[in-house]
Amino acid sequence: MEDERSFLDICGGPLTLRRRYYSSYCREFGLSSARLSLRSVTAVTCTVWLVAYGLFTLFENSMILSSAIFITILGLLGYLHFVKIDQETLLIIDSLGIQMTSSYASGKESTTFIEMDKVKDVIVNEAIYMSTKPRLDCLIEVYRSCQEILARQKATSASP
Amino acid sequence: MVLKAFFPTCCASADSGLLVGRWVPEQNSAVVLAVVHFPFIPIQVKELLAQVQKVSQVHVAVLGTWCHRQQEPKESLGHFLEGLGAIFSHDPWLQLCRERGTRFWSCKAYHQVSTTPDKSIEDQVMLIFYDQRKVLLSWLHPPTVLPDCQAGDTTASAGGLADIFDTVARSEVLFQNNQFDEGPVRLSHWQSEGVEASILVELTKQASGPVCLLLASLLSLLSAVSACRLWKLWPLSFIRRKLSTCEQLQHRLKHLSLIFSTQKAQSPTQLMKKANMLVSVLIDVALGLLLLSWLHNNNRIGQLANALVPVADRVAEELQHLLQWLMGAPAGLKMNRALDQVLGRFFLYHIHLWISYIHLMSPFIEHILWHVGLSACLGMTVALSILSDIIALLTFHIYCFYVYGARLYCLKIYGLSSLWRLFRGKKWNVLRQRVDSCSYDLDQLFIGTLLFTILVFLLPTTALYYLVFTLLRLLVVTVQGMIHLLVDLINSLPLYSLGLRLCRPYRLAAGVKFRVLEQEAGRPLRLLMQGITVLCAFLPL
Repeated sequence: MEDERSFLDICGGPLTLRRRYYSSYCREFGLSSARLSLRSVTAVTCTVWLVAYGLFTLFENSMILSSAIFITILGLLGYLHFVKIDQETLLIIDSLGIQMTSSYASGKESTTFIEMDKVKDVIVNEAIYMSTKPRLDCLIEVYRSCQEILARQKATSASP
Repeated sequence: MVLKAFFPTCCASADSGLLVGRWVPEQNSAVVLAVVHFPFIPIQVKELLAQVQKVSQVHVAVLGTWCHRQQEPKESLGHFLEGLGAIFSHDPWLQLCRERGTRFWSCKAYHQVSTTPDKSIEDQVMLIFYDQRKVLLSWLHPPTVLPDCQAGDTTASAGGLADIFDTVARSEVLFQNNQFDEGPVRLSHWQSEGVEASILVELTKQASGPVCLLLASLLSLLSAVSACRLWKLWPLSFIRRKLSTCEQLQHRLKHLSLIFSTQKAQSPTQLMKKANMLVSVLIDVALGLLLLSWLHNNNRIGQLANALVPVADRVAEELQHLLQWLMGAPAGLKMNRALDQVLGRFFLYHIHLWISYIHLMSPFIEHILWHVGLSACLGMTVALSILSDIIALLTFHIYCFYVYGARLYCLKIYGLSSLWRLFRGKKWNVLRQRVDSCSYDLDQLFIGTLLFTILVFLLPTTALYYLVFTLLRLLVVTVQGMIHLLVDLINSLPLYSLGLRLCRPYRLAAGVKFRVLEQEAGRPLRLLMQGITVLCAFLPL
């Protein structure tokens, strides 16, 4: 089962929450934020190059222009690979654990897996540590589903 | 709890047979280690499992049946497989089946209910695929259990997934049977195509024993010589402390004795440390030999020796200019002429002595440099330490100037603070370590005030000399510091771990991640377990 809902993040930008119910004991929540807009990329590139051209007319050194190009390319690559998070996923599997994945715009994925023995409870914390900053309504949806699974897990582990 | 079945990816295309592995009741999971194929005699399978259990102390048993329908079109096999449940009784009994025509699997687990032995409860099953080779080679399991554990004892403290990895790791003896053995039982696992090994690795393992013994004894002899009491006598111990070459040599000796120690590494961290040290020593020696060949090419040593004396002369000349500048009116400040002249002349004479000494040494410099250059074959770090020591020796006069200036300044400040206290009618009480009031006589006050005034007016001169020579000394210390930084970098860069990260990332796994595979409603959930590669987990420095 899969469904999608739209939410807003704390800055007012659009977010999409995608829920997949693989089975009664395994659920996945994916939060995707807005993609990198062409407008912002063009604006930053134009500013950098205008500044570089201004410096070039001042100093008459063509190294400034080539270094501006390098800086733009490296900056964009670094931003895509280390900063811009496309999607954050939470996979909760009963009796195995909880896995959180952040996938960056360049395709890099960083994963953390916490075993179920080490999980006492899932709570909504006051400070927002996620990079796609969702609002409370979105967090409550995810929280409710996680609590359902944890409650079920506690019930089955309590009965011998 | 959901029943978790850990299934090796290499057996997914194997023929039908029996599932052999370990059942972990605490986590309700079955770890499948291998598949036993038809035809087999149940007695021989039980014997093999008992043997494996005795050697590896892992409670291996027959967990269920595996049916690959793609290759067995006959439906009667299903009934045959069910009958096997009666021969090898295990609770719960797993039945994994891979259908023909679909990519989906069916798994059933039957629990024997004690009250009605004929009935059985079906349980929900979750299939988790794992790569046996990667799990074994990535050391995700905890370090080896103490040898005084009894047979059949489960690993006590490790819980969760670490238990699973430990099971796979300890069942190595099960993976020694491969399809080329003429054994009675045919198994399928990650090494059934043949045990993975490399001739070079095996030869190195055989040779490393006696080589390590020999080198360890040599190194212990060297360490004993260096630790003997002769070195503790005054001039030698002083020189030894000051020269960074001796320190670096000792450091390297310690590393080498650790690498060639006859004890095996206890844990993967220790193994990484040893490997990193070995790689660092090898790279060091290689760089040193490169440097040696470069130095002895084109008579570079002669060129260096010829350039050294003019450089030292130049430095002395610059210092003289500096002192002349200080003796005049430096930066517009007005100095006390008499003190200025005295200090300036004293330092100028010192420089003159130093230059004469350098000129005296100049015929021998080439020989010294040649012999010192030979030491580069011990390693680039030793050559760099020697360079740092040579710089220290060549700039010894700057060090002396700094010491003189600092001492003078220190005395002056000391005197000033004491006389300032006198000025205010106070005194430093040495017994009580505090400032006490004191009544001075008139003549004491008079002389004290005079001296105080003199010292205050001489302060700018001394302070300026102190400042200038401290800055010079700082410059030399910075250069030496950079060389030491380079030496430390070569010593401690973990090149082996970096190389592993590039070439064999699964060896550095520090965690697992799960991926949900394609799923159909009504079918069991299938997950793929993979390792997460992290560079920082295995960086013991």
